[in-house]
Amino acid sequence: MMEIGLNHYLVLSTILFAIGLVGVMKRKNLLLLFFATEILLNAVNIAFAAISHYYGDLTGQMFAFFVIAIAASEVAVGLGLLIVWFKRHGTIDLDLMTSMKG
Amino acid sequence: MFEAVAFYLFAFLTIAMFYIVVTTKQALYALTALAAGMIFISAFFFILGADFLGAIQIIVYTGAVMALYAFGMMFFDTTRDVKEKQGNKYIIVGLSTLAAVLIVLIVSVPMVSDNIVALYPVADDIGNVQSVGLVLFTKYLIPFEVAAIMLLVAMVAGIVLAGKKMDLSLTLMSGEEIEDMKKEKNKKVLS
Repeated sequence: MMEIGLNHYLVLSTILFAIGLVGVMKRKNLLLLFFATEILLNAVNIAFAAISHYYGDLTGQMFAFFVIAIAASEVAVGLGLLIVWFKRHGTIDLDLMTSMKG
Repeated sequence: MFEAVAFYLFAFLTIAMFYIVVTTKQALYALTALAAGMIFISAFFFILGADFLGAIQIIVYTGAVMALYAFGMMFFDTTRDVKEKQGNKYIIVGLSTLAAVLIVLIVSVPMVSDNIVALYPVADDIGNVQSVGLVLFTKYLIPFEVAAIMLLVAMVAGIVLAGKKMDLSLTLMSGEEIEDMKKEKNKKVLS
């Protein structure tokens, strides 16, 4: 109980990932959908760092860096698209984005 | 002892903050809670000995990403309550838990079957930042450069998408010019 092992971190990562997935499925506002994807990426980062520490291997930390870089570029592009959409339509509701009639 | 206390404290705080992010109806509360959760996550990195990753987490996530979201929210109507999807809650929670457990299985099965070999062992005599630099600029140099190009592309995309009409300055224009621009804009937006 008092000794923190790899399983503790993996369980925490699972819980955070589940919270993020609930957010992705539940939210209709696109901005809050982006927030939920940030939670997903962070949950995976914790798992990477924990595995890197408990196996004495730096590869996990390297991939955590790349995940952070991807999150940053995703925010830049996604927010730009969101601003353009909001200027045109005045809403960022997911259910109203049906221009492709998919 | 202290490690366990810190782990449980920050685990509770992180889960609480992220729970607020996915359940609150106010977009500003979600933003603030997300920023707080990011800082609490960096505590785990410091506990795990990944000092550089923790500092990057604070700088990039809380400093850059959250600030970008905060500035982006100026464009949106965030005072309105956020509407939610009306779906079956049990299906949502069940599916999410199932997917998360699957992810953990994917990560942990190679470790259970002892297929992991430490390719880049952590050296004892140098610090974390130094060893990160050694690995990043030898084995992972190409992914590092590709990530730099990806960030450049994202920056250009952000400027092109959000920066329309940036050549006009509202503070240097006279009143009539602004009125003309508003009429012009309304025509264009509606088309």
